[in-house]
Amino acid sequence: MSFFTVTAIAILVSVALALTRAILGPTSYDRILAVNAIGTKTVLLIAVVGFMNGRPDFLDLAIVYALMNFIGTLAVLKYFKFGSLRGGLSRFHGEEK
Amino acid sequence: MMELLLDISTWILMMTGCAFLLITGVGLLRFPDIYTRIHAGGMADTLATFLIFGGLALQSGFTLVTVKLVFIVAFIFITSPTATYALAQATFIAGLKPVVDGFGDDGPDENSNTAKVKD
Repeated sequence: MSFFTVTAIAILVSVALALTRAILGPTSYDRILAVNAIGTKTVLLIAVVGFMNGRPDFLDLAIVYALMNFIGTLAVLKYFKFGSLRGGLSRFHGEEK
Repeated sequence: MMELLLDISTWILMMTGCAFLLITGVGLLRFPDIYTRIHAGGMADTLATFLIFGGLALQSGFTLVTVKLVFIVAFIFITSPTATYALAQATFIAGLKPVVDGFGDDGPDENSNTAKVKD
């Protein structure tokens, strides 16, 4: 068993634990936290599986996934905070309108 | 000899990263409070990413793949604390209170059983 296999299994176990928190989570912020953690672990999993199959070109997909994960988390948080995706990120921006 | 040394270094780096990943998962599941869960999820993720990608970079050598790995690690080092901070601030503005065991003004919380043991 190579280290890639062991790492992939550990990442999958960690994703399962985070998914349990996403299902159980009492508030929606717990769910956002779990989804953010799962996204970061997906980047790791894509990179490790790419190395495991001898195709490190998968790293391009990992870069795109890291970008999308960050933007997606911020967008969901902004929607929860202001109730809409329009306007700036600070509170006073929204009240000026 | 060099191959063996690289393999041993990769094993050490990636197994430490795996340990941090599992600690993150267990912390997300077992901690009692949203703020402690944010701490567990945000803290170990960055270090686990750095360790595992360091192991992968040792395997790939001086190629374009290593440059891509460094890009991903640098990006995650900037964005993961930012997302964690934004999440904690949004949680605090939404009015969720941290669980404090008898240190707050309003006495022990009924959610926590450790405060009852202390009393």
